[in-house]
Amino acid sequence: MYAYDEIDRTLVNERVSEFRDQVKRRLSGELTEDEFKILRLQNGVYLQLHAYMFRVAIPYGTLATNQLRALAHVARKYDRGYGHFTTRQNIQFNWIKLAELPDALADLAKVGIHAMQTSGNNMRNVTSDQWAGVAPGEIEDPRIWSELIRQHTTLHPEFSFLPRKFKIAITASDHDRAAIKIHDIGLRLIRNEKGETGFEVLVGGGLGRTPFIAKTIKHFVHGRDILSYIEAILRVYNQYGRRDNIYKARIKILVHELGIEKFSREVEEEWQHIRNSSLQIDDEVIEDIRSRFTYPAYEKLPHMPDELRQAAADRDFEAWRKNSVAPHKVQGYSIVTISLKPTGGPPGDATAEQMDALADLADKYSFGEIRVGHEQNLALPHVAKRDLPALWKTLDKLGLATPNVNLITDIIACPGLDYCSLANARSIPIAQELTRRFANHELANLIGRLHINISGCINACGHHHVGHIGILGVEKNGEEVYQITIGGRADESAALGNLIGPGVKFDEVADVIEDIVEAYLALRERPEELFIDTVKRLGVEPFKERVYATR
Amino acid sequence: MTSPLEQKKIKIAGPSVVTANRTWDGIVVYRTAAKGWSADLSEAAIVRSSDDAKALLAESVADDVGAIGPYIAPVQVGEDGKIEPGNLREQIRCTGVTIGQPVQV
Repeated sequence: MYAYDEIDRTLVNERVSEFRDQVKRRLSGELTEDEFKILRLQNGVYLQLHAYMFRVAIPYGTLATNQLRALAHVARKYDRGYGHFTTRQNIQFNWIKLAELPDALADLAKVGIHAMQTSGNNMRNVTSDQWAGVAPGEIEDPRIWSELIRQHTTLHPEFSFLPRKFKIAITASDHDRAAIKIHDIGLRLIRNEKGETGFEVLVGGGLGRTPFIAKTIKHFVHGRDILSYIEAILRVYNQYGRRDNIYKARIKILVHELGIEKFSREVEEEWQHIRNSSLQIDDEVIEDIRSRFTYPAYEKLPHMPDELRQAAADRDFEAWRKNSVAPHKVQGYSIVTISLKPTGGPPGDATAEQMDALADLADKYSFGEIRVGHEQNLALPHVAKRDLPALWKTLDKLGLATPNVNLITDIIACPGLDYCSLANARSIPIAQELTRRFANHELANLIGRLHINISGCINACGHHHVGHIGILGVEKNGEEVYQITIGGRADESAALGNLIGPGVKFDEVADVIEDIVEAYLALRERPEELFIDTVKRLGVEPFKERVYATR
Repeated sequence: MTSPLEQKKIKIAGPSVVTANRTWDGIVVYRTAAKGWSADLSEAAIVRSSDDAKALLAESVADDVGAIGPYIAPVQVGEDGKIEPGNLREQIRCTGVTIGQPVQV
């Protein structure tokens, strides 16, 4: 966990007071909606179909149990008893009243949570690997650097009115769980030949109506220079970004139009002006941040405790363990992913009761810490292996032990037309139907790792472009129509999926996905060949033929 | 922000209402003939010509404290006078999400 200091607490509390006054002036009519809109957006408040939506930041996906309980409290007191975890380590509440928002923010501020920069054309929540600090083989905890960037960019005047929103993600592992290649800036923590810590810097990734995979702009930037390098990128973007056209305003368009070489030269030139300035980071600054991250006092535990050996006879436990439990850097411990994808449930939703119960479980089994991943699941990062059977039993009672992590029903979906004012089509009912179709665990296991991503409009909040199977809902002649892509991925080999053919109607989507899966099972060379690898080997055609042969 | 009145030429193809979200709590509301807002679609003022739609929208936009983001939405009016939303988006705004919510409201 990271311990915020007095500066952070003051900042968050001052923001609450400021927003309380702004809301008061809005409700009295002193501020018009035109004047107020930018202010509410700077505090994570959108207007959606049914009500205001309130988005709260969970920096680098790390939550303490008192913070998760505060989120449960907000869900219960100010909303409808649940929250929705997003693809960028945020949580959204769908039914919040503007008049009560300052009180909700004040309650969250007591535990150091806020909604600053969760919307608007500024630097958004800096995201990271949900396994940060516990993943085996990690260079070092990427949250230290996430926190450095968070501190530097929060309310920074130069980054508060960018041409468009700006997202940064950081990973420190070979396997990218933070989807850095679909971010405006992606940072991969590495070491150079001298053993110095630095970053491979990628730029210009993003999805939406014009998707791009980020390109490497610099293979190594020393850690001490990372703020100045990021600032150089942002200065070039601030100067040349297309403020005249919202559809061309993201940095990905600028990088594409200039070309990575020219963009890189512009950044390099800017960087030379500011590189040796106060933006150069002293070791003490990093050490201070590092010292504010506390890590558990792990026990010396056996690799295979008796409790785990005995529980292995339970098929249901084993099914869950195989999908939900991952190796930890410390012997005797595990990382446990909590699936928020129950059969027939909306992906990423958690009730206040579940949040409270998870907080209790985290206190009991995970040193009081919870993580939030971009796949819309949660994780307990420090669970002793001996505790896994007991944890599983409780999770199962709470409806939080669906054994489907990384399987076909572990679906990423945006809120879609059920909630979102931008959406053209529904996402959640599609996801729900697919979780019912593939509810049989033996079948899901037979299929193996397969990521389905669903978006209800071209803005791509469900990251459909990078789903192994991507589903995009559009509206055509007043009807919901869904375009299907295959072959996308969001990891270190990130790629955009390819369209298989004409869109299909709402009622046909699940049938089409079943056809694609059946084709894959027939075409794969061996059971270990993942769906994504079969698509890579064979291309779209055999799947297209299967889907459209009878349609 | 561009005023809804300036966004595009207002042209309606059938019976329509003006809908928005109430400012203090964000709930879906409809402009009434009494120049107020109601959460009940059956109380909405119905317009059937583009000029009437433009006039209703203009008075709605002017009430910036009462509701935000007003726009014209199509409706269907049954023979019995019952008003129904004219498309799926408005159906969802009117009757709620099409999925079970995690918590019974």
